[in-house]
Amino acid sequence: MFRNQYDTDVTTWSPTGRLFQVEYAMEAVKQGSAAIGLRSRSHVVLASVNKAQSELSSHQRKIFKVDDHIGVAIAGLTADGRVLSRYMRSESINHSFTYESPLPVGRLVVRLADKAQVCTQRSWKRPYGVGLLVGGLDESGAHLYYNCPSGNYFEYQAFAIGSRSQAAKTYLERRFESFNESSREDLIKDAILAIRETLQGETLKSSLCTVSVLGVDEPFHFLDQESIQKVIDTFEKVPEEEEDGGEAEAEAAAAPTEQGGAGDQDVAPMEM
Amino acid sequence: MTFTIPIDNGDALKNAETDSQRTLYPYVTGTSIVAIKYKDGVLMASDMGGSYGSTLRYKNIERVKAIGKHSLLGASGEISDFQEILRYLDELVLNDNMWDDGNSLGPKEVHNYLTRVMYNRRNKFNPLWNTLVLGGVKNGQSYLGMVSMIGVSFEDNHVATGFGNHLARPILRDEWHADLSFEDGVKLLEKCMRVLLYRDRSAINKLQIAKITEEGVTVSQPYSLKTFWEFQAFHNPTAGAQGSW
Repeated sequence: MFRNQYDTDVTTWSPTGRLFQVEYAMEAVKQGSAAIGLRSRSHVVLASVNKAQSELSSHQRKIFKVDDHIGVAIAGLTADGRVLSRYMRSESINHSFTYESPLPVGRLVVRLADKAQVCTQRSWKRPYGVGLLVGGLDESGAHLYYNCPSGNYFEYQAFAIGSRSQAAKTYLERRFESFNESSREDLIKDAILAIRETLQGETLKSSLCTVSVLGVDEPFHFLDQESIQKVIDTFEKVPEEEEDGGEAEAEAAAAPTEQGGAGDQDVAPMEM
Repeated sequence: MTFTIPIDNGDALKNAETDSQRTLYPYVTGTSIVAIKYKDGVLMASDMGGSYGSTLRYKNIERVKAIGKHSLLGASGEISDFQEILRYLDELVLNDNMWDDGNSLGPKEVHNYLTRVMYNRRNKFNPLWNTLVLGGVKNGQSYLGMVSMIGVSFEDNHVATGFGNHLARPILRDEWHADLSFEDGVKLLEKCMRVLLYRDRSAINKLQIAKITEEGVTVSQPYSLKTFWEFQAFHNPTAGAQGSW
């Protein structure tokens, strides 16, 4: 994007006070396929779009179980993501071993952020090129965090990262206030709908997405294709139906996308 | 830090230097701790004595301490090692508090941390010469556990260390039941402590009872138990075997 004389080194400041290498690393996150996270008071759902290099290959795994009570979805350089997931698993299990107790997500996220920060302040390192959506449970309830290559982390009610995540974010922005009280099923449905936003009109099939859930009394696990397809069927079943609330709002939310795809309505009813 | 185990005693002189770097025997020791779960939490009793071998040298040692908001730690065995453990836990609790994130170490976490510490030291042949009792309440759940100097660790409704195991636990096995009231719990502990007072030579008649509930920790002021020495058998102790020995 920018061609600068101050962007060769991560340890070189620009005259305007920016570290371009770190910003370029954040660009890498935007290139990865979408990952979405949302949480209620008691559950966290992480979902991602399955992208495969070619028809011959399998798709990249983007969601990882860190522990029974923590999961992570990544976008960007998946190799970096894999390495960081391994670090997270290691921290989590070491804590469990010493204290016989699950590591609070908030504390794991800080360690992750500190690890990322180190790479922004060593001339012989490069920042991690991956954004992580960390979802987990601790004493104070369910949490969702986003960890940035810059070493920053933020807590979210819902968030989306990766390519075409803006569409999903717009969808989530309209609904997020109700998420805290959402049921588990509604949360999953919203996650899948948000995924659909990023697909830009492609038909939503269960093979295209991966969904994972964790909650109070529910350890982290992936939903199988059947369950995902069932949820999809509840809103993709009757395409011309105007009453379908979920569909209608999704329509309105997808501002930059064209809804000409198979099964979707052409008219956006409520808000334009 | 080097740690070698002397293979034969002829090397005692040579190994004196390296041996002084690991614990071989305790010096100032505390005797039993007795603890029980009761209706609102946990009660823990100990006397305030520190023995130097057979001498009852120190009579004001607090062997039960509060750890964080949710736990109580009692120790028997080497007092200096207990103080070392308190320093470790101080650091642990401090770091936990510094997070300031709504999460806090409960009694289970502290117990397991101590188990790891004790077991690791035992593996290096340099034990902390203590038997620890960890009790606490968190989120309405009572917890009571024990760790020995070799890293043996378990939980139970009532625990005791040292002589307490032999003298107090049989009483507790018979008379402990769930949901004891505070008064009944204290009476039960005093019964155990009285037996220990009569029969454990390292026990002194100055004890404290500590209580932990969801609200927090209270450690009683030191007090003494009434004892009775007017048994007939004590009046004429040699009645059954006259004459000098």
